[in-house]
Amino acid sequence: MSSEGERSGTGGDGGQWVAAGDGKFGRYGGQYVPEALMPAIEELTDAYERYVLNNEDGFMDEFRRRIREFGGRPTPLQRADRLSERYDTEVYLKREDLLHGGAHKLNNALGQVLLAKYMGKERIIAETGAGQHGTATAMAAAHLDMPCEVYMGERDINRQRPNVFRMKINGSEVTQVTTGRGTLKEAISETMRDWATNVEDTHYVIGSVVGPHPFPKMVRDFQAVISEEAREQAIERTGDLPDSVVACAGGGSNTMGAFHEFVGDGSVDLFAVEAGGSSLAVDEEEGVAPNSASLSTGSEGVLHGARTKLLQDHDGQIVESHSVSSGLDYAGVGPELAYLVDEGRVTPVNVDDDAAIEGFHRLSQEEGIIPALESAHALAYLHEHHEELGDVTVVNVSGRGDKDLESVIEETTRRDVPNAPDMSMFEGGL
Amino acid sequence: MAEDRRGDAGDDRSAGDPVADAFADGPAFVPYLAVGDPDYESSLAYVEALAEGGADVIELGLPFSEPIAEGPTIQNAVARALEAGMTPTRFFEFVEELDVDVPLVCMTYYNLIYQYGNEQGPRPFVEKAASAGISGFVVPDLPAEEAGPLREACDEFGLHLISIVAPTTDEGRLEKLVEVSSGYVYVQARLGVTGASSSVSDRTGESLARLSDVDLPKAVGFGISSGEQAATIVEAGADGIIVGSALVDIVAEGHEGGEPTEAVADRLEATARELKRGALDGYGRRTPAPEGTSD
Ligand SMILES: Cc1ncc(COP(=O)(O)O)c(C=O)c1O
Repeated sequence: MSSEGERSGTGGDGGQWVAAGDGKFGRYGGQYVPEALMPAIEELTDAYERYVLNNEDGFMDEFRRRIREFGGRPTPLQRADRLSERYDTEVYLKREDLLHGGAHKLNNALGQVLLAKYMGKERIIAETGAGQHGTATAMAAAHLDMPCEVYMGERDINRQRPNVFRMKINGSEVTQVTTGRGTLKEAISETMRDWATNVEDTHYVIGSVVGPHPFPKMVRDFQAVISEEAREQAIERTGDLPDSVVACAGGGSNTMGAFHEFVGDGSVDLFAVEAGGSSLAVDEEEGVAPNSASLSTGSEGVLHGARTKLLQDHDGQIVESHSVSSGLDYAGVGPELAYLVDEGRVTPVNVDDDAAIEGFHRLSQEEGIIPALESAHALAYLHEHHEELGDVTVVNVSGRGDKDLESVIEETTRRDVPNAPDMSMFEGGL
Repeated sequence: MAEDRRGDAGDDRSAGDPVADAFADGPAFVPYLAVGDPDYESSLAYVEALAEGGADVIELGLPFSEPIAEGPTIQNAVARALEAGMTPTRFFEFVEELDVDVPLVCMTYYNLIYQYGNEQGPRPFVEKAASAGISGFVVPDLPAEEAGPLREACDEFGLHLISIVAPTTDEGRLEKLVEVSSGYVYVQARLGVTGASSSVSDRTGESLARLSDVDLPKAVGFGISSGEQAATIVEAGADGIIVGSALVDIVAEGHEGGEPTEAVADRLEATARELKRGALDGYGRRTPAPEGTSD
């Protein structure tokens, strides 16, 4: 097992006390945040231990009930017939796109908003890249009657307008972040600033397995429901464990969620698919990486509260990342994922923007499932490497692609995508 | 080892220590500027102007691309400095070239300290800082929990690690903080990020009261922009005032208005004088505690 303090309370662990640990995954993790936030982080660590790990006041029971009734769990593990035939392997899709809100993000958002409620917090803030985490948080906040403000980069607002509408419709405030390149990295920094100002009554619902301890563990525990279900469903369907699990990695929350219960199963290969963007090179002069492949190409450093693998220049300045999918467009990655990669337990891989767009169209046409551009990276990896994945593969479809339609029209017409339909009638937008 | 750092008057650590000396007689004025804003040469002139204006310690901001503890004023300054080519290497050249006679404190984020040199860890950065003439560090994203390695390197090279105490810091955390602190304590006057404000938070008094047993000078920062505010804070018991955004605003206005460097430097010097005078006025206004009745 990766580290201490493992396993979330599945509810009723016989009252056994489970500690949150020190927040380190080997060299990674930690709590690199301003002192003003540390008391809140101590309070959160305590709440995480009591409610999440030890199911105090039946917290995890309530979480599981709500993620079932409000969220629509369990999500299916569906055999993808056409893809299985095409690749001559058994391909199973874990359908997180069918979760309420259209992505795995609700598992975490609902868990954290509920926890904030148990902690007596009065206000929710969140950052969002693709808008999926913001949407999930807005929905959870409306569901649990909490005021919510979401920070989103200017560029991502333009790429992901449907989610901006959904957040507003659910009653959240959406605040545009104009610093830097206007993507997830800047949105996280801005949300941390809000938190440092309003820390006494506000909970920051961080959107992935990133940030200071206890966030990486806590978010993983809320997302672990994906692999809990997938593992059982796979055994039920095939009589055995899968040979491999494939999931896309931005911050790494759906990856950690899809992997967690398999980490101890040595026979299952785990692949974290990063955004290769347009190139794996970094332009140090310009401070830009035309990719978001921090696991494959990054180096160790400290960002947004944790020591982890980062896209940075020689001096330690964080470089701007790029991906066709906003949800993967981040210069860092969760510390536990970085650790599992160093340990050789998780294999970091990547596919480029072009392949992701092809993957998007392929799943849409062949299976009738429009995947998020993030998830399309995992499907593109399956396409390129199915021969190395064994006989039974589970691909985590982390979200649905409705939010991406505008981007897909633009990105498809901009390049020559061999398997794309004629989109000329949409030129000029939806 | 921890005892050494508490700065007890007269212990070995503070003897001949320029930072301790800066707080020794009367309230210290501690200005901050982002180094390299808006460019290297102007920035040199600006820092020297602050020294002329009466700075007792100067906090030199080494720009980091993700300044999570800064408000818009300093974020923009950092962006200008990075745009103009500031790097850790240039920063150390800057420090070596500076012609000032006050202790210099490097204020930056941990990743830059961690990455410098060939090993991952703070030692090469601290070694270089010591040889360039830096007296200590303020690192806003490094709470006591993660400060061990930097504290160790600072001890090795005789530098200070200045901790920030926030309005949310309680007694328990204060103890941890004091363990790793030396030089002075940076008392954050209010919650939030850096930025000038028009009123002084009444949480400053509370924070100072909580720190009354801590045997290090207490410098208050976050939001101070006028001589009158400086006076109020020193009157409330601060040993020093830290002023950043209000000075960075002057640099920004000069830059945006195309003002020549000398004119901006003059304004910085004049503002420094006003702030220093305010601090001294506040000190004068303090009612001396009657002998033997302090509680
Ligand atoms: C559908 C979907 N998948 C994946 C991600 C990437 O995030 P993570 O790596 O935390 O799962 C996002 C982020 O917004 C997303 O919306």
